[in-house]
Parts: sequence; C-alpha cells; structure tokens
Amino acid sequence: MPQSVEKILDHGPLFREPEYREMFARKKACDGAAGVDATALQSEYTKGWEYREKNFAREALVINPAKACQPLGAVFAAAGFEKTMSFVHGSQGCAAYFRSHLSRHFKEPCTAVSSSMTEDAAVFGGLNNMIDGLANCYSLYQPKMITVSTTCMAEVIGDDLYGFIGNAKAKGSVPEDFDVPFAHTPSFVGSHIDGYDNAIKGILEHFWKDNPAVAGASETINIVPGFDGFCVGNNRELGRMLGLMGVGYTFIGDAADQFDTPSDGEYRMYDGGTTIDELKAAKGAKATVALQHWNSRKTLEYAASVGQETASFHYPLGVKATDELLMKVSALSGKAIPEALRLERGRLVDAMADSQAYLHGKRYAIFGDPDFVEAMARFVLETGGEPVHCLSTNGGKEWAADMQALFDGSPFGKDCKAHAHKDLWHLRSLLFTEPVDFLIGNSHGKYLERDTRTPLIRLTFPIFDRHHHHRFPVIGYQGGLRVLTTILDKLFDKLDAETNIAGETDISFDLTR
Amino acid sequence: MSDSYQNDGKAHEQYITEVLAQYPDKFAKRRKKHLSVAKAVEAAPDAPVGEEGPLLTECEVKSNIKSIPGVMTIRGCAYAGSKGVVWGPVKDMVHISHGPVGCGQYSWSQRRNYYVGTTGIDAFGTMQVTSDFQEKDIVFGGDKKLDKVIDEIETMFPLSGGISVQSECPIGLIGDDIEAVSRRKGKEIGKTIVPVRCEGFRGVSQSLGHHIANDAIRDWVLDKSAEAEWEAGPYDVNIVGDYNIGGDAWASRRLLEEMGLRICGNWSGDATLAEMERAPKAKLNLIHCYRSMNYICRHMEEKYGIPWMEYNFFGPSQIAASLRKIARHFGPEIEQKAEEVIARYKPLVDGIIEKYGPRLKGKKVMLYVGGLRPRHVMTAYEDLGMEIAGTGYEFAHNDDYQRTGHYAKPGTLIYDDVTGYELEKFVEKIRPDLVGSGIKEKYPVQKMGIPFRQMHSWDYSGPYHGYDGFAIFARDMDLAINNPVWDLFDAPWTDGGELLAAAE
Repeated sequence: MPQSVEKILDHGPLFREPEYREMFARKKACDGAAGVDATALQSEYTKGWEYREKNFAREALVINPAKACQPLGAVFAAAGFEKTMSFVHGSQGCAAYFRSHLSRHFKEPCTAVSSSMTEDAAVFGGLNNMIDGLANCYSLYQPKMITVSTTCMAEVIGDDLYGFIGNAKAKGSVPEDFDVPFAHTPSFVGSHIDGYDNAIKGILEHFWKDNPAVAGASETINIVPGFDGFCVGNNRELGRMLGLMGVGYTFIGDAADQFDTPSDGEYRMYDGGTTIDELKAAKGAKATVALQHWNSRKTLEYAASVGQETASFHYPLGVKATDELLMKVSALSGKAIPEALRLERGRLVDAMADSQAYLHGKRYAIFGDPDFVEAMARFVLETGGEPVHCLSTNGGKEWAADMQALFDGSPFGKDCKAHAHKDLWHLRSLLFTEPVDFLIGNSHGKYLERDTRTPLIRLTFPIFDRHHHHRFPVIGYQGGLRVLTTILDKLFDKLDAETNIAGETDISFDLTR
Repeated sequence: MSDSYQNDGKAHEQYITEVLAQYPDKFAKRRKKHLSVAKAVEAAPDAPVGEEGPLLTECEVKSNIKSIPGVMTIRGCAYAGSKGVVWGPVKDMVHISHGPVGCGQYSWSQRRNYYVGTTGIDAFGTMQVTSDFQEKDIVFGGDKKLDKVIDEIETMFPLSGGISVQSECPIGLIGDDIEAVSRRKGKEIGKTIVPVRCEGFRGVSQSLGHHIANDAIRDWVLDKSAEAEWEAGPYDVNIVGDYNIGGDAWASRRLLEEMGLRICGNWSGDATLAEMERAPKAKLNLIHCYRSMNYICRHMEEKYGIPWMEYNFFGPSQIAASLRKIARHFGPEIEQKAEEVIARYKPLVDGIIEKYGPRLKGKKVMLYVGGLRPRHVMTAYEDLGMEIAGTGYEFAHNDDYQRTGHYAKPGTLIYDDVTGYELEKFVEKIRPDLVGSGIKEKYPVQKMGIPFRQMHSWDYSGPYHGYDGFAIFARDMDLAINNPVWDLFDAPWTDGGELLAAAE
C-alpha cells in the first residue's frame, strides 16, 4: 500500500510506487496506442534535420505557439487604470479564460465581466447584451470607467461598439457622461500585444478627442509600458528612476498595484492605476514614450497625431537599452541623468565583469513577445553570449529585420537567427539540431526543457510554475542585475548538478566559482 | 462523521436579500431565482430511501439558463466543456483548437489530466495545437486550412491515434463544413477524425459542450466498436467521467482492480481512442462525473444494453458505499473482495481521520464548483468532521439541485451560477474557514484572510479520488486551514485599522 498516514505521498512520488507502475504496465499492454519500438523510433526521428525540414515546411498547423489573442491584451491594459472594469463583449468563456490566465501568472485576482452572448445574440447581434451588461456592471462593481473589448464572436457578426455603447447610454445603462472607452480586438488579427495597443489607443482617443489640452503645454512625459507580465516590478522601478531624474511622468496604464495587492484582510477589487484626470491631462504632455515598440505602434501613431513627440524602445533591459531610454528621457525633459543612476549602471557593469568568464560564449535560445526577445538578445550579446535561436510567434518580418541588424552589430551575433511567426514546436527542432546552453522564455518552455534537456530560464509572461518573479524588475540597471543573477543561478546550479556525484564527478565540485 | 449540524438559514436568507439589493430591479428578480437556502424536509416514515440516502433538504433553484450580462459569471463555454473537459484528456489523439489562437492557449495544460505517454510522439495531451485563424480564414472560410492542418498533423505526428476538431466561436458563424472535411480526410489518412461543434457561444455554459462532446463520441467513435480488439470478460467495466485530474482515475482504477474488476476503458482521463471505441464491450458503465457524461451512458444503455451506475470516490464513507454498490452488481465473489478492499484500507482511513480530524473538526466550508463536486465532495469534508455552509454549481441542471438535497444540511446557502459580487459578499458575511472553488476565486478569497483550495485542479495537488487520494485531500485541507500565514494579516501596530498612539 503506497499511501501511509505517517508519510502522505504527493502525486509525484505516489505514481512512482510499484503498485502504480504495475498498473500502468497492465494498461499499456492493451491500450491500443503506438508500441514501444515505434515510439522510440519516432522520438529519435523528431530530433533530426529531416524532421526539422518538414517541421519548418508547415504552412497551416500551429503547435505550441508563444502568443495569445487580442482581448487578453485589452483586459491587461484595463487593469492599469483607476477603478476600471474590463468589459468583454462576446462569448462569456473568453472572459473566464482571460481572468484565469492572468491570475495564474500574477497569483492575484483578475476581474472582467462579459456580455455573455449566446446563440440568439449570434443571430440578432449583441446590443441587448451591451445594454444590460453595462447596467449590471455599473450597479454591481461601481467602477469609475468601463473599457470595452470584443471577442471573435462579436467581431465575426460585426457588432458596432460605438453605436452599441451610445445606445446603452441612451437607455440609461450608465450615465451619459460616464467613461466607456472601447476597442475592437479581433482574435484573428495579431496577438495580445495588438489587443493591448488597440485598447490603449481607444482609451487615449476617448479622453483626448474633444480635449482642449495642447500637446507640449506641460513638461511631463507619457509612458506606455506595453503588455508586461513583469509590470509590478518594472513600473515601480521605472518610476523610481524617473523620480531620481526629477522627470514628471504619467503612466498610460500602470497595473503594478492592481496586480500586487497586499494581504491584510481586505479584498481590493481595484487598486492603483492611472486616474481619469491624469489621462485627460496626459494630452498636454510633451512626449509619449513606449517601452515596447511592437506593443504600441497604433498608440504612438495616435499620440503623434495630436502633436506629441514620440519615441519607442524594445523593453529597456540591460545596459545599453537602459542607457538609451535614460538619454532619450533626458533629452525630452531637459533633465540630467543623476550621478546615482550612473553609479547603478556601474554596479551592473561591475557584476557583469565579475561573472564574464562564465557567460562568455554561452549559447542561448530566446522566445517570447517581439520586444522581449529583442531586449533579451541584446543583453545576452552584452554579456558575450550568443542568442543563437531567437523566436517570436507574434513577431513579424520587420521585427526579424531589426533582429538581424542587432546580430550584425556584434561579433557574437554571427551565427544567430531570428524566427518570425514560428512556434515552440519549431524551436524544438532548432534545439535538437543546433543545441544551445540555455533557453530563455516562459513556462511553456518547460516542455522543451524536458524534451531537449536545455535548462529553461523563466523571464517573461506567462510564468505559471514559478512564483513571484514578476514582483521584481527586469528593466533598468537594477532589473539587469536581477536578470544577470537569474541566468547565473541557473548556470551554477547546472554546473553543480553535473559535478556532484561523490567520488565520480565531484572533482570539479568547486567551493568557489 | 459530523452529520448532525445545521446552518444558520435565517442569516443566509438575509445575505441573499442584501446582495440582491445591489442589482437593477429587473436583474434582482432574475438572480433571486438562483439563490436559496436549503430547507429541511420531513421524510415520510415509509418513504423509500434511494441509493443516495434519505432526502434531507430541498435545494432547488433555477439553473442551466443564460447568465446575465455584465455580472461577472464564473462560467466558461461549450468549447471549455468539450475540448477542456471531455475530449482534451484523450491522450493519443491530436485535438485541434480550430479557430483563433486564444482558446487553446488559455486552456493549455490547465486541467491537469495526467497521462502516461511520450508527449509529441505517441501522446499529445499537454500540447496546444491550433489552426490559428487569421482574417482571411474568417473571410474565405477555414475548411481548406483545416484540410491542410490535418495533413500536417499526419506529417508531424504519424503515431497519433486520431484527430478531433474542437470548434471555436467563428466556425459556426462563418458556415464552415468541418463534418465534410473530417469525413473526407479521415478516409484519406485512415484514421478517426471527430468534428465537434462546441463553439463557445452555444448554450449557456460548459454543460452544452459536454453534451455535444458526448454526441460526437456517439456519432464518430462508437460505431467502430464492432471492429475493436478486446476479448470481453465477465467483470469488464468502463470508468466514465473521470478525467484523471492529478491522477484521480488511477487512484480509482486501483481499487476497482483490487476488487476483481477489469477496466475496459477510462473516459477520458489517460484514455486512448482504442479504449473509447471498445467501450460497448464492457458489462457495466461506472460514472463518476454524472453531469458531463451521463448522456453517453444513457446512449450505451439504449443501444448496447449496458447498464450504468453512479459512484462517488470522494472520502471513505462514499468510497465504501460505492464499492459495495458496484460489487452487488457482480455478485458474492466480487462483494467478498470489495469487503476485503474496504477492510484493507480501514487502518489508513482511521489513521487519517485520527490525525487530521481534530485539526479540522467543525470547520466551515463553502464550495462553488462545476456540475458534480458541489455535492459529491460534501461527505468527504464531513468524514473529517467539517461542515458545509454553502454550495453551488456553475453549470448544474435541475436534477443536480434536487439531488443536492440528499447531501446538504438544513440552512445551507445555495447559489447557482453565482456572480463575482455575490460570492464575495457571501464569503465576507459567512467567513467560512475554507472556500473551495476555482482559480478566479482563489485570490480574492485569500486576500480576505480566508483559506482556499482550488477544487477544479486540486490546486496543483491530487489525486483526491480513492483512498490514496483521501489521504492527500485531508492533508491539503489541513495545510490550507492551519497555515500560520493567516495570523500575520494584521500589522501589530494597528488595532482595528486604527494606528495606535505611538507615544504611549
């Protein structure tokens, strides 16, 4: 009997007990699945170049993509504004999925309501669902703002959000002057980063359209963070750096507090975020700066159209990327970069120098959203590593060209390649045929770690199977230090694991490394 | 067992009134029908006692109707019911999330349907396979793409046993004919391809997805049963409606094998397509999740004459009762073995209750889960001396609420398709010692300082079925409730939220 009162076995060890192993064998003998030999053969075959070629010849089938759909980005975007409820117009299952997905990463509550459209709405349209939905959401959750996005159902049947929201207001669902910005977010176009972009643009348009403020009237700078699973640590870190510089800034959406509420007995459905007044005033800002270019193209275009100066970055992670952000902010604001930040920079460089012997020449595969991959590859190059396989399911041709330019700018980039619109099954072939030392990405990479034995370093959304990483920054010099340490921890753990069998491999089990 | 408690029905009635006051009138009226307090029923002395025991309370509320827009329902959709629940666990099939990328992405590996196999080679359970619809697929239709996706699956995964096409919302809206494609391609590649019309907008919850998924098994799988290789035996049973979450079906299978039965097929946790095809050769269908798979049991009874029987492997009282009930179907020899199984595990059960009972006795629990567990796990808690203060289902039907009356004690708060607002308020008012629900509910409840366990995914633990599972269940409830973190919520320098005078 495997289970005992004294030592209750969890599923891991429990199912390795002989009783269960024997049962699995009995089942396997008659389950009609592929035989052991066929499985072994196919398993080997998938590791080779021939399979890789077939794999890269796929035109329709997508396997283990590293992207989600637009409305997830819209729900994330809404979390960055004060007392804002996200309203997902369409099928209700989508809202349940977005909430679950974000909660699993942040280990925090995530709210969103749905207009719960079903068959009849598919035929007649979802106007009544909008009218009733806004009224209920307003009464129950007492938000200051409701932001509307769409699921693919509402998009396919062509529901018109502008008209519907106007109609709902006319019917008294919410007061006429209540803010209901919206964005169409079709799941079959782009990915969650485009949904984020559309939602932010929709919110800005709503507050800036008939707004008399003149761009440049104030000295502040608007910051558009982009879809960022590390927003909790990152936004606070950026705020700290800008504070040191004495720059006035407004986050266009800051979900740091919303996704990091304290446990003190009170459930805060809403916490923190950019206020409506701040949003309105943001039109008068001197400039709008996007931390993630590929997340913010439409938003920046719109900011430029109201007369603001714009600039965009690719997730300011690492030394030079942080330098560039600070210098740009300094140029825009006329504020000098203080000595304190120069010292911080020096400390990061110091740490990199201390560890350079271990990092030099290490080979990496990196996957994730296009800006993250670009940032990470750049930092790896700064450490003397080679970002050999850089893959982004939602990165396009322009992104790949950017990446190539990055590789061309460093001797360490010589054998590196960017793979746009590819998925993690492509990456599996790459890792088998051209192995690397480390894989950097999100939790979905754990299946690649298992299959190819490439150690996975989790540094981007979604991280489901490790806790609390997102509470610490990865951008800026401080963030760079954390990324560096995370990579080194994995590296040293691996080194120790490879040298820790007493009397056999422990010759190199060094106390000091 | 603490079977003699009562809940404060009067207070619960009051809480219902309070939450309804927050709704616009029209919707307060509608929500009112979904909320209730279990009322004691006086059973007539000569009333026949069914297999679920005497009826204790009347728990009926309106159920299985559309959710109200804008209220934050916790429910999911038909796709979640089909791909996520019924089909997803069939391990040697490749399940295409047919449509845009999101649905497959969010449901990827989240149900924890354990299986044995080499993923990507002969098993495909923890993979996200999608046709990743783009705008052109919506405009011109996706059938050609599906055709190509199936070819590419054959190239990538030649050892797959078959394919299922799990429809996402757009499929039914743009008029694709996935049945025609599936039929044609199935002949071409010589494998079963199952089209499933589980678009998310169909029906009011996951429940219709279960039904549609069952119908797809009926129409596209069971017709192959005659060809299935399986030497039928006298003690062959199917386990139906056990999705092997955290290994539940394995902890159950062991007990059934120990009592001398042979498992023909396990639907659908750790299942192969072959197991499903040969299911009509079994002598008895044993159904755990009645809500999601009763349809196919009824069909197999009608078409193949296979009787079906419900059982409950949560907690020792129900396990023993279920083992005896199942054994009775097979006669004295199996009954004898069932008694031996129960006796063999008795010391383990007694030990667990002795160890955890004192730490859990009298603790109040609120549940809100899917379509079965809100009643099925109640006795497992009671076996540990705990009390159920409230319970409700996301997608139960009327019969589920009727049957809940065999489990719920008088005064239990009953909530159907509860909204985020209602659940938060109910939890805040009742302040139970534990809430068992889903990931979306977990963190709001914990912020209030109330322990929580996810009761869909077993909170990344499990199994909870069978005797092996009961040990883990008891341990998990104890570690949730008796962790010291709950005593750290108040900063010592505050008293009731007011800062104490520093200078005293």
